[in-house]
Amino acid sequence: MAAVELTGVSKAYRTGRGELLALDDVSLSVRPGEFVCLIGASGCGKSTLLNLVAGVDRPTAGRVGTGGRRVGLMFQEPALFPWLTAGRNVELALRARKVPRQERRARTAGLLDTVRLAGFGDKRPHELSGGMRQRVALARALAQDADVLLMDEPFGALDAMTRDLLHDELERICAERTLTVLFVTHNVREAARLGDRVIVLSSRPGRVIGEYPVPRQGPRRIDSAQVARIAATLTDTLREEMGRHGH
Amino acid sequence: MATDQALHGLDSLELGPLASQESGARRLARRGWAATWPKLLAAALVLGAWQLFYLSNFHGDSASHLVGDPAQGMGNLWDQLVRGQLLAAIGTTMERALVGYTLSVVVGVIVGAIVSRIPPLRAAIGSIITGLTTMPSIAWFPFAIILFGLTDSAILFVVVLGSAPSIANGLIAGVDYTPPLLLRAGKMMGLRSFALYRYLIMPASLPSFVAGLKQGWAFAWRSLMAGELVVQIAGSLSLGVLLNGDQEQLDLTSAISVMIVILLIGVVVDGLFTKVDLAIRNRRGLLDPAIA
Repeated sequence: MAAVELTGVSKAYRTGRGELLALDDVSLSVRPGEFVCLIGASGCGKSTLLNLVAGVDRPTAGRVGTGGRRVGLMFQEPALFPWLTAGRNVELALRARKVPRQERRARTAGLLDTVRLAGFGDKRPHELSGGMRQRVALARALAQDADVLLMDEPFGALDAMTRDLLHDELERICAERTLTVLFVTHNVREAARLGDRVIVLSSRPGRVIGEYPVPRQGPRRIDSAQVARIAATLTDTLREEMGRHGH
Repeated sequence: MATDQALHGLDSLELGPLASQESGARRLARRGWAATWPKLLAAALVLGAWQLFYLSNFHGDSASHLVGDPAQGMGNLWDQLVRGQLLAAIGTTMERALVGYTLSVVVGVIVGAIVSRIPPLRAAIGSIITGLTTMPSIAWFPFAIILFGLTDSAILFVVVLGSAPSIANGLIAGVDYTPPLLLRAGKMMGLRSFALYRYLIMPASLPSFVAGLKQGWAFAWRSLMAGELVVQIAGSLSLGVLLNGDQEQLDLTSAISVMIVILLIGVVVDGLFTKVDLAIRNRRGLLDPAIA
């Protein structure tokens, strides 16, 4: 059974100038443990799609199912609580799930260790770098014991070097925990680097216009030939789609 | 492992060099001086202005000694201090300030909490609260005096009406401006109803609440001074009574000295609020590191 299943999902928003169709008849199925990247130009409804899967929003038509799995969400901004230390931020997610106090401490330490931030638990978010904050946010999402991780351009605001290292880290963590990931990005190389499968969405309304499996052939790098080849194909598909909107 | 090492290296590079190794005592001395000199300068400016006023011979009749020079004023103040009169007056006034302000905080927090939780009330009462903050508190005195007579209650009533709306407003604004992204993150984490308030909305609104408390104090202090001048209660010695006595005896020197005391108390309490505000903003990384 699929971990995330969208069947004929449409989502329309009411705006000042009438109705805006953000997603149109999107069907999509993600296997447990699969890493799926969603890519598309502006206005492809990527964030809308994540909101629907997260259950923050309801589809206008169609069905969204996660088979009762826990869903965690990460944004482009770390969205940490600035009045709490990094450790407390992670711990709050455990507290919200009613994890007993004695257990919380140990699990927080373990999670910070997982994102390689052991020893930084007492720092406040503003004392950490952007990449470190995003790792705290990842630890917090993991603390929700999510089986499905939804990531909305989580590394979009980071510099290329940091992003590259975080790709390795995310890959390792996902493998350790057999997480199912739905990863939204604007970056074709990032999509090809991380995904088991890359799905390309059209813009206004968002529809699935292409699907590219990226077979695992040993460890991948952002600059490996396989990634470059797939990234080029993705770029072509996206350019064609963008051209459709020009005049 | 290579990634691991690279990541740790990057982390320490991005965190920058450690804070300077200045010794504790020196740092304390530097900070103490940085905090003191502006206040000394302010005092010098005030006394200087007084001296100029004295020298300008404003009434054209320096022989009548309508106003003494600052030295005389300070001597006068010292006299009153020694005779216990000034301390008694400050005591009464500060007691009223404390009681009035405490009441304002209680009323402001209750009203603010209710209004921010219940949207229909938000529109109706919200605009009344805004209206009340702009209402000069002295305009409440006829109402208060008719209701309570010339009593402490009349003064406290006006103090509360003057300052509670600011406090309520600070709380409401804080709740309103809880960043939507944090709300989204909190809800994804599973924070609901009470927990959402306890762990997210309340701490998020703290800076705005403290700003409200600070403004509330300023309004309370102003209302109290107006009150003590308008409502003269027989047998109780307060700063307002001292000032009123000076007015009746045309003692400008003493009036200025009492005004300086009033100014001083207002500034000192305001300074406490500023300290709390800075501490909160510093913890949250909202201060320019150059200042902090």
